Amino acid sequence: MAPILDIKNLYKNYGSLEILKDINVAIEPGDFLVLVGPSGCGKSTLLNCIAGLEPITGGTLSIGGQDMTHVSPKDRDIAMVFQSYALYPTMSVAKNITFGMKVRGVDAATQAAKLQEVASQLQIEPLLNRRPGQLSGGQRQRVAMGRALVRDPKLFLFDEPLSNLDAKLRVEMRSEIKKLHQNLGATMVYVTHDQIEAMTLATKIVVLKGGVVQQIGTPAEIYNNPANLFVADFMGSPAMNLIPAKAKRNGSGLQLEITRGDGAPIVLKDSHTGDLPEDVILGLRPEDIAEAGFRAGQDVQEAQCLIDMVEPAGADTYVVAELGGKQVTARLHAETKAQPGAMLDLAFDLGKVSYFAPGTGERLN
Amino acid sequence: MTDFTQPPTANMATTTVAPRRNWSQLALRWLLFALLGAFALFYLMPLFVMVTTSLKSLDEIRTGSLIALPRDVTFDAWKTAWSSTCTGVQCEGLRPYFWNSVLMTVPAVMIATMLGAMNGYVIAQWRFKGANLIFSLMLFGCFIPFQVVLLPMARMLGLMGLAGSIPGLIVVHVIYGIGFTTLFFRNYYVTIPAELTKAAKVDGAGFFRIFWSIFLPLSLPIVVVTVIWQFTNIWNDFLFGVSFSQSGTQPVTVALNNIVNSTTGVKEYNVDMAAAIIAALPTLFVYVVAGKYFIRGLTAGSVKG
Repeated sequence: MAPILDIKNLYKNYGSLEILKDINVAIEPGDFLVLVGPSGCGKSTLLNCIAGLEPITGGTLSIGGQDMTHVSPKDRDIAMVFQSYALYPTMSVAKNITFGMKVRGVDAATQAAKLQEVASQLQIEPLLNRRPGQLSGGQRQRVAMGRALVRDPKLFLFDEPLSNLDAKLRVEMRSEIKKLHQNLGATMVYVTHDQIEAMTLATKIVVLKGGVVQQIGTPAEIYNNPANLFVADFMGSPAMNLIPAKAKRNGSGLQLEITRGDGAPIVLKDSHTGDLPEDVILGLRPEDIAEAGFRAGQDVQEAQCLIDMVEPAGADTYVVAELGGKQVTARLHAETKAQPGAMLDLAFDLGKVSYFAPGTGERLN
Repeated sequence: MTDFTQPPTANMATTTVAPRRNWSQLALRWLLFALLGAFALFYLMPLFVMVTTSLKSLDEIRTGSLIALPRDVTFDAWKTAWSSTCTGVQCEGLRPYFWNSVLMTVPAVMIATMLGAMNGYVIAQWRFKGANLIFSLMLFGCFIPFQVVLLPMARMLGLMGLAGSIPGLIVVHVIYGIGFTTLFFRNYYVTIPAELTKAAKVDGAGFFRIFWSIFLPLSLPIVVVTVIWQFTNIWNDFLFGVSFSQSGTQPVTVALNNIVNSTTGVKEYNVDMAAAIIAALPTLFVYVVAGKYFIRGLTAGSVKG
């Protein structure tokens, strides 16, 4: 299938300031693309470029197979939900939702039918005659969604739509957006700084930093095989443990040495990876370090560590130990007997390990 | 999202009611009232003299005291001022000039407000290269004294064939007003999030559609401010009125001056006072009707700007 959104070599400058550098992204119909990154990374600018609200400096952009590089927003067949919702304050909810159709000259009967359909889908029928000022944050959010849904466009664009909601409502709306995506089969592009939102919603994630794409992939690819230190650190909560280690060749595999403040270094063996430079950064997710005896597999190796801190979080208990000069978090089961200041046997699952070059931050395996 | 439909109401100073009144606080409060009352009286005094004088007969003015109430209330002076007092050679009262002023002020206010709204909308919401420069130049226009432009303006009106006519005066006042109206609307519209314009663009609305359907309906408070400001300035203007009009097209301020300055023999103070009040009534009326929005509009612009 032809990509519904195809961005090639896109550049965006403000004066001499480069905001976006050589962006290449393509998505298929039905995809849910999430642009994620820290604030100021250019993700919202990229979304505005897709919408046509910001002119692009270089490259091309096509939607539905048609070149849209210089087409105005209204002719791109897109709908957008904004962070502040941007509801028209003097219009009722119904008028807000139908404004786009009215502008495009859709006849009144179709408008009414569409409005009814969307209102019942989003359960906002009782609100149709109210003004945006009389709605709660969550209700405004729904109306903003309704305004986009009623258009039935080729592409839905969301600019951090949940960031103004409280935590509970955010989770609710998040699953509602996911449901919506599944039911409609629509193509969506979604901007967020929240990596959990990115993981839960996306079929495809673009991680941006400083206007440069760091990695494009499915949530699983991004999570399991981060392309560099930035992605490894940014995606996942608690973040991936990044431990400096010395790699030595050992038969067909590797031997890794992690220094410790007290006592002998930890030595781990990795039989899958071949050559690595001597200095590496070893990346292991907290869930890949378990209490000894709770994780089995041929790549699991145990080592005794001094526990500095124990943080029960209900379903799990996180323990922190210092390895290689870094605070390393391990995710243990809730009933662990771990005590701060005591030794504990931890099991490291090297089947999931990532290696990064300390200088460039690039992935090595 | 901020709710633009309800401008922030002025923060009332709420005093918490203590169980026992603090006497020094109470004294301070009364002192404040007394002071404010004294100032109010001071400012109302001239109006009081004007109203009472206009209701007296000439005899009573000559014999009585300036601040005494009228013994016999008579509206003769008002009738004379409105329809038969002399402004130079003609003796038709203020009436024709009053209508001249209306014919000049209403279109000038409407056009200047409309253009200001448009300019403000463009400068605040459709940023373009040089927008700030153009805005600064317009602001500069607010500070050019009237006297400086008298001669060039006279030449221009002559070239346009509008010299000495009411349309000519309208043009002058519109040009002079645009700087202020643009400033008002621009400052109001910058407080409106740019996302609103973006949303409307994605919805398919164009430049004028966004202005008409989204920005104008939001603008009532600032429209009221602009209308009051423009109406008061244009109605009360004397210099342009006297410079760019001719007999028959003079606004009411010029006529009032002529009435007061051209009486022969006995000075008819009661007629002068009545004429002055008539000339001032429309601005008073506009302020009373729209004053509540005036305060609101001014604060709405400044708080968030």
